[in-house]
Amino acid sequence: MIRMKPVDVVIVGFGWTGAIMGAELTEAGLNVLALERGNYRDTSPDFIYPRNADELAFGIRGDLFQPLARETITVRHGLNDTAVPYRQYGSFLFGNNVGGAGVHWNGQHYRPSPEDLELESHIAQRYGRKFMPEDMQIQDYGVTYDELEPFLEHFEYVCGTSGKAGNLNGSLQEGGNPFEGPRKREYPNPPVRSNYGAGLFADAARALGYKPFPQPSANASQVYTNPYGVRLGPCNLCGYCERFSCYMYSKASPQTTILPVLLRRPNFSLRTQSHVTRVNLDSTRKRATGVTYIDAQGQEVEQPADLVIVAAFQMHNVRLMLLSGIGAPYDPVTGKGVIGKNYAYQMMSSISVFYDRDVAINPFIGAGSGGNVIIDEFNSDHFDHGPHGFVGGGYILGGQTGGRPIQQLLLPPGTPAWGEKWKRAAKESYLHTTGVQTHGSVMAYRDRYLDLDPTYKDAFGLPLLRMTFDWHDNEYKMTKFLTDRAQEIANQMKPRQTSATVRQPGSHYDVRQYQTTHTTGGVIQGASPETSALNRYQQSWDVPNVFVTGASAFPQNIGYNPTGLIGGLTYWSAKAIRETYLKHPGPLVQA
Amino acid sequence: MNTVAQPRRRGGGALRALVILVVVLVVIVVLAWLAAQLFPGGGGDASATAPAPTDEQIKQGEYLAHVADCAACHTAPGGKPFAGGLPIGSPIGTIYSSNITPDPVTGIGKYTYGQFERAVRRGINAAGHTLYPAMPYPSYAKVSDQDIQALYAYFMHGVAPVTQPNRADDIGWPLSMRWPLTYWRWLFAPKVTPIETTSTGDVALARGQYLVEGLGHCGACHTPRAATLQETALGTGDGTAYLSGGEGDNWIAPSLRGEPATGLGSMDEEELATLLKSGRSARSAIFGGMSDVVLHSTRYMSDQDLAAIAHFLKSLPPARQEAPLVYDMATRKALYEGKADSAGALLYINNCAACHRTDGHGYNAVFPALAGNPAVNGDNADSVIRLVLHGGTMPAGRDAPTQFTMPAFRGRLSDQQVAEVITFVRSSWGNRGGAVNAQQVARLRSLPPGGQPLMSGFDPRAGEPPR
Repeated sequence: MIRMKPVDVVIVGFGWTGAIMGAELTEAGLNVLALERGNYRDTSPDFIYPRNADELAFGIRGDLFQPLARETITVRHGLNDTAVPYRQYGSFLFGNNVGGAGVHWNGQHYRPSPEDLELESHIAQRYGRKFMPEDMQIQDYGVTYDELEPFLEHFEYVCGTSGKAGNLNGSLQEGGNPFEGPRKREYPNPPVRSNYGAGLFADAARALGYKPFPQPSANASQVYTNPYGVRLGPCNLCGYCERFSCYMYSKASPQTTILPVLLRRPNFSLRTQSHVTRVNLDSTRKRATGVTYIDAQGQEVEQPADLVIVAAFQMHNVRLMLLSGIGAPYDPVTGKGVIGKNYAYQMMSSISVFYDRDVAINPFIGAGSGGNVIIDEFNSDHFDHGPHGFVGGGYILGGQTGGRPIQQLLLPPGTPAWGEKWKRAAKESYLHTTGVQTHGSVMAYRDRYLDLDPTYKDAFGLPLLRMTFDWHDNEYKMTKFLTDRAQEIANQMKPRQTSATVRQPGSHYDVRQYQTTHTTGGVIQGASPETSALNRYQQSWDVPNVFVTGASAFPQNIGYNPTGLIGGLTYWSAKAIRETYLKHPGPLVQA
Repeated sequence: MNTVAQPRRRGGGALRALVILVVVLVVIVVLAWLAAQLFPGGGGDASATAPAPTDEQIKQGEYLAHVADCAACHTAPGGKPFAGGLPIGSPIGTIYSSNITPDPVTGIGKYTYGQFERAVRRGINAAGHTLYPAMPYPSYAKVSDQDIQALYAYFMHGVAPVTQPNRADDIGWPLSMRWPLTYWRWLFAPKVTPIETTSTGDVALARGQYLVEGLGHCGACHTPRAATLQETALGTGDGTAYLSGGEGDNWIAPSLRGEPATGLGSMDEEELATLLKSGRSARSAIFGGMSDVVLHSTRYMSDQDLAAIAHFLKSLPPARQEAPLVYDMATRKALYEGKADSAGALLYINNCAACHRTDGHGYNAVFPALAGNPAVNGDNADSVIRLVLHGGTMPAGRDAPTQFTMPAFRGRLSDQQVAEVITFVRSSWGNRGGAVNAQQVARLRSLPPGGQPLMSGFDPRAGEPPR
C-alpha cells in the first residue's frame, strides 16, 4: 500500500458538493485534496460544439455517465425479492468525471418550500399523525428554511440562476411563485424567455385561476459574473442540457462557476482516476484517519486526512458509509439503524399536447430548465391535503426542454413504432407538439432502503449497493391528483389531441423508465442519532470528522428538483465547519 | 564582377580566380572576426557591481520582470520559473531560451551587475558574445538604470536557483557562428540612452511611452521588421512605422496606432487597459501570440501603468488613412429573417452565430464581437484563419478567471468553407476586410496546432500530448 502525505481535508468525489466544499475550505486556509474516480473534463476540449450535441453518444450511450459494467447497483421491489443489477441507464443517471452529474443536469434550480424541511412536524400538526400511513417514515431535516435561506441564495448567485421572485421578504411579487418561502433578494438573473409551448400553458393555467411563473433555471439568461468572479455565457436555448454538457458556458456546473478559481488555488489539489473504497477509522472507530483509494494503475493508496468530506453521488455516499462501517446499517424489519435508511425517488407523469400545423411549437427552441413555465399550487403543503388523503405533491410544468430527434420526439398514441406511418407521424407532429408534466415527491417508508448486495460485486470485488424500492399508495394518489389537474390545463390549451403517461396503482417501479433521476436518502440528516446518520450540519453522529454532502441527506424526497437544496445545505454545512468545527473539532451537536 | 563572368572562356584562369576569391573572402572574414573580437563595443562596464538590494527593490524587480515579460521566453511550459529551455523559432533555426535563475553554474548566478546590465540593455552576455535579437535588447536599451538595478536585485535574490544546463541552439553552421551578430548589433541596436519623451508635462503619457518602448517591448511584434530582421522603428521618434503592425510566426500583430478600422482607433483607453488586464473587454478578446503576453505580463501590471500604456498608445496617430467602420444593418436583418444567400452566410449561421450572433455583436466579455473588430478587418487574414482552423482559448486575466474557448474547426470545415465563412465575416456588418481564398487556408492548415491549445491554464492534462 502506498501512503501519501497527509492533508487537512480529503474530499471524496468532485461534483457539485465537492467543488463547493473545496472552494469554502481552501478559503478557510486549509490544505484540501479532492479525489475523483473519473477523469478531468472541461468545457474545452471536452464539451465543445458541435460534438456536445451528439444525441447518440451522450443521450443514448451515456458518454458522460459512469460505466455500469464496472460498478452499478442492484434493484428489487420487496424484502423477499432477489435484486438484479441495473445494467442500462433509465431511471437514474450516475454522473462521472470531474463535475459529476453537475455537468449533465438540466439546471432546474428550486428551493424547497419551508414546510418540506420540517415535514413530519408540519403534517402531524396540521393533519394529525394518523394522516400518515403507518409505514411512512418521514422526518424533519433539523434545519429550517429561514436558517437555510442565505445559503440557498448564495448557491443561486454562484449559479447565476434565472428566475422571478414570488416572495421578497414576505411581500408577494407579481409573476413569481406566490407559494415559495420568503427570499431576501431577487434572482441574480431575469428569467429565460418562455418557449412558445410554455406560453400556451401559462395562458391556460391563468385562465383556470392558477399563478404560472417561469421555471427557475441555472441556465444563465444573460452574461453574468458570479461571486467567485467567474463569468458565464448566456443560454441560447439549444435544447441539449440533460445528459449533455453545455458549450455556451451557460448552464451552471462546477466547471462554469467554481473550478476556474478553485483549481488555481495553491492549497487545493485534485487527483483524478482515484476511486475511494473506504473511509479509514482509528481503533476507537470514532475518528476517521483518511481514506483508501485505488489509483489508475490499480494500486491501493492510503490518503491520511484530518477531515473527510464524502461528496460522491447519493448512492455512492451510502455505499461508502456501509463499506467503511460508519454508523449502524439500517434494518427494515426493526426500523433501527441509520445507514441506507429512507431511500426515496420521485414520481412524474407526462402529457403530450398535439396541435395542428397552424401552431408552431418549434420544440428545438428549448432548454433543460429555462423557458418553461410552472404552477406550484399543488406542491408541498400549498393546498389542503385533508380531502385528498395523501402527503406530498409536485409542480406542474408546461413547455419542452428541447426537440432532440431520438429521445424527445412525441408521437400521437396509436402511431406504429417504425415504417412509413411512423415517418409521416413524426413529420406531422415534430414542430407542433409540446408537453405538460407533473413532478411529484416520494415519501420515505420503512421498507424502502439501501444496503449491500449479498451476491453482486464491482470491478474491485466489493459488494454492490442494493436498492429495495417500489411505489406506495400515497404516491399513486398524489400522481393521480396532480395529473388530473395537469390534464385540465392541457385541455384548456385547446390542442387537437393529448396523450398521458401516468403510473397506475398496482404497477411496479420500472428502472427502464426515465422519470426524474432524483434519488435521495440513505445517509439522512436529522435531530437524533437514533433516527438519522447525520446531524443538522451533515456531520456524522458516529464519526465527527466525517461530513456527508448531497441528496443522500434528504430524509424523504421533495416535489422539486433537488440541486438547489443540495447546494444550500452544502454551503450551510461548510459554514459550520469553517466557523465552529475548525475551532473545536468534534461534534457540532451533542447527541 | 569579371572574375565571375570570365571563367567559362578561360578554364585554367578560372581555378586561379576562384582560389583568389576564396582567399580574399577568408581574409575578409578573418579580419571581420578579429574586429569583432577586438572591438566588441556595446559600452557598459562588465565589472560594475551593485550594492546589497533592499526588499523593496527585489519586489519592484519582480514587478518589472512581469512588465518586461521575461517569463514568456525564459520559463518553458511546465518548466521551472526562469530556467529557460523554451524553443523559439527563427528564420535561421530554433533558439532555446537560457536559464536566468541565479544558479551559479547553469544560470546567471555569477553575473556581476555590469554583466547583467550589458546582457539586458546591450545584448552582450558574460562571455562577450552577442545575443540573438530574440532577446529584445534594442527595446531594453531604453530601460532606466534604476529599473535595471531592481531587475538585477530580483533575479539574484528573488528567484529560486534552478540547475538546468542551457540547451544548444538548433542552428546549422555557418549561421551558428555568433560573431557576425556583433555586426548586426553594431548596425541595428541603439545606444543605451534614456528615453526621449516629449516634454508635454503629461506624466501618464511619458510613463506609457517608457513602458511601451522599453520594458514592454511592444514593437518586437507590432512594428514591421526589415529584411535584416531589425525593427524599422524603435520609438515614436522614428516615424509612423513604429507599432504600425507586424507579422511573425504566422500571426498578425495588428497596428497599435490610431487607424480607425485596423488599428486601435475604435477603442478607447479604458477598453484597451481592460483588454490588457483581463484578456478580454466588452467587445474584444486576446488571442494568438498576445495570449502569453497577457498571461505572463500585462495582467500583473498596476491599473496606473495599464492606463498609462493605453494613454500613450491612443496618442499615436494613424500610419495610414482609413475611413472608420460603420455598422451596416443589412447582414443582421437578412440573417434574422433567415435569409442566408451565400455559402458563407449559411456556414456562419451553422458554426458561428450561436456565440457571435447573427448581428455580429457577440456577448459582452464572453464571446467577442466580429462587427467592427480590427482583427477581422486587416489586409492579412492569417490570424483569423488560424483561429478558425485551430481554435483559441482566452488567457485568464487578473479579474477574469474564465477562459472562454473558440473550438477548432479544422475537422469540420474544408479549406473552401473556411475561406467562405471568413470572407463572409470580413465583409458583413460594415466590415471591410475582404475576401480570403482556399489556398491561404490550406497553407495555414498544415501548421501544427501547437500542442493542446484549447485547454484552460489549470487543466491538469495540459502537459499531456494532444489527443
